[in-house]
Amino acid sequence: MALPAKPADWFDRIGGVNALPVLLMIIALPLVGSTSTWVTLTVAGLAMGMMIFLMASGLSLVFGLMDVLNFGHSAFISFGAFIGASVLAALAAWVGADSAILNFLALFAAIGAATTFGLIAGLFFERVIIKPVYGDHLRQILITIGALIVSEQIVLAIWGGNPVAVPRPAILDGSWIIGDIAIEIYRIFAFFLGLAVFIALKLVLNRTRLGLLIRAGVENREMVEALGFKIERVFVLVFMVGSALAAMGGAMWGGYQGLITGALGGEVMILVFIVVIIGGLGSIEGSLLGALLVGLLGNYVAFIFPKLSLASNMLLMMAILLWRPWGLRPALKR
Amino acid sequence: MSDTILRLDDVHTDIAQYQILRGVNLKVPEGGVYVLLGRNGAGKTTTLRTVMGLWRARKGAIVFRHHDITAMHTADIARLGVAYVPENMGIFGGLTVAENMRLASHSGVFDPDRLERIFTLFPAVKTFWDKPAWALSGGQKQMLAISRAIIEPRELILIDEPTKGLAPAIIRAMIDAFSEIARDCTILLVEQNFQFASSLGTGVSVIEDGHIVHSGSMASLVDDAGLQTRLLSLSLDAHQ
Repeated sequence: MALPAKPADWFDRIGGVNALPVLLMIIALPLVGSTSTWVTLTVAGLAMGMMIFLMASGLSLVFGLMDVLNFGHSAFISFGAFIGASVLAALAAWVGADSAILNFLALFAAIGAATTFGLIAGLFFERVIIKPVYGDHLRQILITIGALIVSEQIVLAIWGGNPVAVPRPAILDGSWIIGDIAIEIYRIFAFFLGLAVFIALKLVLNRTRLGLLIRAGVENREMVEALGFKIERVFVLVFMVGSALAAMGGAMWGGYQGLITGALGGEVMILVFIVVIIGGLGSIEGSLLGALLVGLLGNYVAFIFPKLSLASNMLLMMAILLWRPWGLRPALKR
Repeated sequence: MSDTILRLDDVHTDIAQYQILRGVNLKVPEGGVYVLLGRNGAGKTTTLRTVMGLWRARKGAIVFRHHDITAMHTADIARLGVAYVPENMGIFGGLTVAENMRLASHSGVFDPDRLERIFTLFPAVKTFWDKPAWALSGGQKQMLAISRAIIEPRELILIDEPTKGLAPAIIRAMIDAFSEIARDCTILLVEQNFQFASSLGTGVSVIEDGHIVHSGSMASLVDDAGLQTRLLSLSLDAHQ
């Protein structure tokens, strides 16, 4: 078989930008040195990536469809984490029980409570905060940052300023040991939850009429309306789902960290923005790719070049934007 | 005398600080192709967008049949049976041709006879049915845009400069297609290609600086080179 003539052809033949996470894993293997450490870092990176994907996918759709710069997105992450922690603390008997069923019931109650809060708060946020400032980016930035400050103070007032411990259900606590490879069970769960959400989003976007409207609305809202659909209704729904996913991601992130403070949302938000920007606005696939790259790179760099770990994601964003200014998989715009 | 399907009474539309329409009075009779001519920047596109509710009239009234649609939501205007084909065609490039069509069909289910008629008018739509719309040529995109407008029964179709950038062969195909489409609905066509417009239009209005300066039959405008020159700074001969 003849080799492709140009590097671009070769890159496309192996899957193009979709192959970037795999390429990153392959490049990291010799740099990490130890296979067991590489597996541990890779699983941690994938799990972290999936949790960031949960938080970023909604924001990407909100950006892409509604053209709304929502700097208050991290409020949903914070509330999700604290609500999840509170539910797990309230269900401490189930969390620590020997029964896997009770463990999962406690976990799903926590995730469910956080997600439900995200849905309801998202509806309120869109109607009261966002709706009056559609089409005005400056006001959007100001009002959503204002709403973020208010919500951070509410978190502080309810849960206090001290770090809050997030209990992990017994079944997800600990690691699977395979040879000299240790894999945290919670990370496996986080990965598969993120994957399930990605598949569900893909199915809704690609197989339903609502998904068709969302994809069309991301490209050209005006034309969707000219075809007879009131796009504002889709806006509200997308905003609610985006907020719910952020809260779900926050609940998972809280369990991942083990100890949370009111600053959690703001800290994660930097990663979320990087993911949305490098993935491409309005694209679920782009968000997933960006999140996996951020998660993997963060873990590899922290191990290989610890001093570079803080800068690694910024460097990744710079490199990708220099290469593809619209991100890896942006939704088409008119 | 045919009924009026669309009436604009003293319509004023502003975009930012600019007054674009300054009292447009227009009556579009039912049936056939009615053409709105005018120089660049005269207010043709703004007229169509104001009718569709994409820009709001500051003053005046727009009546579609017996409905006052001046302040109506764009989606509600579309649901009354008004379709809009913008100058940029408004194709969703990230969707397939089939998905573009499905979106335009309100129930999501196609009327087989209507779809077959579209395939006859525009075979390219059938050929590229499962292809992404971004991959279509300019002419094919225009065909898809028109097909999307007629996949549902419509009473009025607003079409903005459909021949812009198209090859002569495609324009000839468009003339045939528009003649066929106009058999069961009304087309309000904004066009700068006078030859294309005159071969289709029955009635014509000319807009200049935000208001209508002439309305009449297309035949009389075609026959009157002096009027063409005065209104449009052109003559049909110059465009043949």
